[in-house]
Amino acid sequence: MSSGIGASVKRKEDKRFTTGKGKYTDDIRKDNQAYAAFVRSPHAHATVKGIDASAALAMDGVIEVLNGHQLTGDGIGNIICGWAVNSKDGSPMNMGAWSALATEKVRYVGDAVAVVIAETQSLARIAAEAVEVDYEMLPVVAHVMNAMTDGAAQIHENAPSNQIYDWELGDEAATDAALAGAVHIISLDLTNNRLSPNPMEPRSAVATYDDAEEHYTLYTTSQNPHVARLVLSAFYNVAPENKLRVIAPDVGGGFGAKIYIYPEEITCLWASMKTNRSVKWTSDRAEAFITDAHGRDHVTTAKMGFDANNKIVGFKIDTVANLGAYMSLFSSSVPTYLYAPLLSGQYNIQNIHCNVRAYYTNTVPVDAYRGAGRPEATYVVERMMETAARELGMDPAELRRINFIQSFPHQTPVLMAYDAGDFPKILGMAEKSADVAGFAARKAEAASRGKLRGMGYSTFIEACGLAPSKAAGSLGAGVGLWESAEVRVNPVGSIEVLTGSHSHGQGHETTFAQIVAERFDIPIESVSIVHGDTDKVQFGMGTYGSRSAPVGMSAVVKAMDKVEAKVKKIAAHTLEASEDDIVIEGGEVKVAGTDKAMGWHEVGLAAYIAHNLPDGMEPGLKETAFFDPVNFSFPSGAFICEVEVDPETGVTEIIKFTAADDFGTIINPLIVGGQVHGGITQGIGQAMLEQVIYDDDGQLLTGSYMDYTMPRAADVPSYDVSHMEDAPSPNNPLGVKGCGEAGAIGSPPAVINAITDAIGNNDLAMPATPQAVWRALQAAKPVAAE
Amino acid sequence: MYPVKYHKATSIADAVAALSGGDDATILAGGQTLLATMKQHLAAPSDLVDIRSIEGMAGVSAVGNVLTIGAATTHADVAGNADVKKLCPALAELASHIGDPAVRNVGTIGGSIANNDPAADYPAAMLALNATIVTNNREMAADDFFDGLFGTALDEGEIITAVKVTSPRKAAYAKFAQQASLFALVGVFVADGAGGVRVAITGAGDDGVFRQSDMEAALASGWSAAALDGVAASEDGIMSDLHGSADYRAHLIGVMAKRAVAAA
Amino acid sequence: MTTINMTVNGKAVSGDVPDQTLLSEFLRENLRLTGTHVGCDTSQCGACVVHINGKPVKSCSTLAASLDGANVKTIEGVANGELHPMQKAFNDNHGLQCGFCTPGMIMTGIDMVERYKAAGKTLTSDAIRDELEGNICRCTGYHNIVKSIEDAATKM
Repeated sequence: MSSGIGASVKRKEDKRFTTGKGKYTDDIRKDNQAYAAFVRSPHAHATVKGIDASAALAMDGVIEVLNGHQLTGDGIGNIICGWAVNSKDGSPMNMGAWSALATEKVRYVGDAVAVVIAETQSLARIAAEAVEVDYEMLPVVAHVMNAMTDGAAQIHENAPSNQIYDWELGDEAATDAALAGAVHIISLDLTNNRLSPNPMEPRSAVATYDDAEEHYTLYTTSQNPHVARLVLSAFYNVAPENKLRVIAPDVGGGFGAKIYIYPEEITCLWASMKTNRSVKWTSDRAEAFITDAHGRDHVTTAKMGFDANNKIVGFKIDTVANLGAYMSLFSSSVPTYLYAPLLSGQYNIQNIHCNVRAYYTNTVPVDAYRGAGRPEATYVVERMMETAARELGMDPAELRRINFIQSFPHQTPVLMAYDAGDFPKILGMAEKSADVAGFAARKAEAASRGKLRGMGYSTFIEACGLAPSKAAGSLGAGVGLWESAEVRVNPVGSIEVLTGSHSHGQGHETTFAQIVAERFDIPIESVSIVHGDTDKVQFGMGTYGSRSAPVGMSAVVKAMDKVEAKVKKIAAHTLEASEDDIVIEGGEVKVAGTDKAMGWHEVGLAAYIAHNLPDGMEPGLKETAFFDPVNFSFPSGAFICEVEVDPETGVTEIIKFTAADDFGTIINPLIVGGQVHGGITQGIGQAMLEQVIYDDDGQLLTGSYMDYTMPRAADVPSYDVSHMEDAPSPNNPLGVKGCGEAGAIGSPPAVINAITDAIGNNDLAMPATPQAVWRALQAAKPVAAE
Repeated sequence: MYPVKYHKATSIADAVAALSGGDDATILAGGQTLLATMKQHLAAPSDLVDIRSIEGMAGVSAVGNVLTIGAATTHADVAGNADVKKLCPALAELASHIGDPAVRNVGTIGGSIANNDPAADYPAAMLALNATIVTNNREMAADDFFDGLFGTALDEGEIITAVKVTSPRKAAYAKFAQQASLFALVGVFVADGAGGVRVAITGAGDDGVFRQSDMEAALASGWSAAALDGVAASEDGIMSDLHGSADYRAHLIGVMAKRAVAAA
Repeated sequence: MTTINMTVNGKAVSGDVPDQTLLSEFLRENLRLTGTHVGCDTSQCGACVVHINGKPVKSCSTLAASLDGANVKTIEGVANGELHPMQKAFNDNHGLQCGFCTPGMIMTGIDMVERYKAAGKTLTSDAIRDELEGNICRCTGYHNIVKSIEDAATKM
């Protein structure tokens, strides 16, 4: 069927987006709506001595000014980190208190101390400037490598030396011994640059309070509205879950930044009750830069040992991670359980040890951003492999090949049990598409024009569909990592699927419908996907970690299994046949090998009319399922990047970017391709353009698109993307692995490996701006260009 | 945005009156910089005096080899104007790369020059082409007009009405864009025209747009990219910021100057 | 306050707004045409692009009060009974994901194709990428946006 699994179905949701009829949070306007503006600290670290709101309150149209003492006084709980990571000595992580509105101290520029509620947005902002806050400045820790130094200001009382944890994974003694016996040791110092996620839709919240029902509704830009409701209810004490509805309508991109439940959403809900008004807050871009959780920000040293045959014998990694001023919702897991278990990459390595120390700094909290830990791991592994190949005098593809894991299942020394893959095959696909064989000629041609060509590889693995709940729980996760679905067959045979996954660009309204259309052999137009509303959908864990296909769709499949079983029972009963002989195809439910059949819609009708159901069967045709996978899924890929550098200016052009991916089964190649394109572009952004920069006082220097470089169309090429479907995931019914993050995970080292190849200097940090490349060229005594 | 009073001026006199009427009135000539600044609460004028509807304020005329470009002429109109393309193609080319297509439909040459952003493109062209800045009160040589960062010789209430450019024998602009803003990190306008051989640099100067006299001298004795070999741009007075340190900018001045000369 | 009269998507509209009201605010809040989006404060992202008197303009950087008498077209006015070829091309080529930048991309794309056609120039994929310098997308990596505009150019 043309709209089933594997078909490039055009998106069902596009019409509303291409005609301006999408409904985003900021498009919502409630009766009685007021506007919130936050009073934010201009200082990175200061004691709050007092707040004088009198001038703001005196302004005509200002409804209320609320502060943190009132908030905590009303019992609103501190913001939590939902993943407990213990230090290697067994002690718990040092979680500093984080109130939605700061009371005693502010810890980063942008930390909110009060909120103004006013009749218009512009008035709220003007009034917020009129709130006078008396700050006493404190010394600032702006950069992570200064956080641990003697005399560094202490940001949280319970975190001596600003350390959150000192964590490890792997066998250090065995790794040290392996490295001691190695023939070659390759060392590398790397920085993983700090990024701002920048979904194009700024965060927004509209909170309403119904005082008669004591009921709240929150419209918000969330990737996981149910998690938001759970946390707002269970930890922040805004309201019991049955008195709180969270709706995430159309959401304009997330990339991790919209997972978390931020101070603004909490405050708007609380303020809606305090003022008995609907309260709207919409971030502008400047506010987004100082409130949306940042990503990455690691400093790493790594050593890899090889034997005489260039086989890896040991890999030792030491990483310092910057978590910012407070521990955001999943921050603790990103540089630990989402990072170190990926350090085996695609390679058979018997000994790995990784130590991670995480610190507070006076900067915006850092949490998961597209890839979350896995791009950081991939950057370490893949820059190491390319560097090693150069130092060992080997072809970089060949060094990878001789170290690839060849058989599955494969247990790494860092927790992961890889279940399926074919690394040589995808590398071969990428090499062919990239025309590696023709590279030398292209390099020579470029040289004749005074340009420097380079080629870089990245062969990577990721772990998606965070799971299973029990295992995640044993590692400290505070939530289960399953997903739920409800499949409702209506009396006319049309189907609504209610899913806990959330679509904010991923196209679930199309791909989820495809698996239903295929299963019941009905037109895709008969299938609607419902998501994003806690009053409609039973429960869900939301969308992040490339989990919607492997976990969310699998829950739909489980619910469809139940529907199918009931359909077969009804049909067998009606058609007087055995259930085993019933088949569903062509819009009918039939007895195989006969002309006895019911229309699909007739079965639906029979289920609801209920005049003639098997004895004891409940009426209706609606099934719910929860799916908890038994393992992560392990997408993998091989990326090859070819660049050309202008040695005069350092300007680098990406000539060709080739991606060969193993995502298991592909539901919709058109949409999967789009996910890969977007991911690669974010990876190129990290590699060449983007960087959050703070000065020594903790002031953000890259606080707008005038200074923070977003990738534009002319910065990137068209991509050559292909997929390999020969190694489906054995851990979910569709064999899917997840595709949302691969591009962002695999691409940064491919780009840097290509540029360093071109310029002949491996000492190049991200982002490789023209200035950075030019400087590295100067250091490497460049080839004369003229 | 803070409250502001908007005036749509119908004549110069009307505009002058409105400018003097407000506590802190300013001209709205396109607003592609001003409105963003106001949105961020970095500027709070009391009044905005929109000069775009004043008759004769927009448009290009050519008399002999002299172009007169109205202050309210948009970047898109400068870029697309047949007379500009004929008499000073380098200026049309420069205009075609300011901002982006939507910004070019609103931003104006007068607004850009009056703002004198140290990374704007037009000031370099005005200096290199020895343009004349025409106001409601007087005419000034570009050399006398630009004055440091965001500074100009404009008096209170003085309004740029046009710029006059004489067709150069040769001219070209080479811009190296700051990647985020797409303003010039270094922009070099070279011209052999009414003011002799001139090389004007934007984006790089600590004190805004400036003329590079060593390069002018080198090119005056022989107009070729090779003439600039060995003429190193000094780092003195060159800006350092997170997008480019002084040595890199100085290096780029040399590279871009050669490219401009080669293209002219 | 200023009284504004303009034509939006072919209909005469009017409103009394504070002088500092941006066109994007007038469209979104007064006319409730929420298809025009605001994604930045500094005029870079282009989610707010509309056509004023036939030309693309960033509605977040234009005062409504200055547009008395203007003819404005927003994303809501592009389809004429059926989808515009540019809208259809974005669907056919998967030129959008979250949809937030899409209205600006479509308004910019339409102008670009019309302008190149009027000038008799070929709109190459490189030219499309250069023309998109004022429109940022975080989802698609531009690959399919470029394809969409190329496709629409053959059908407009």
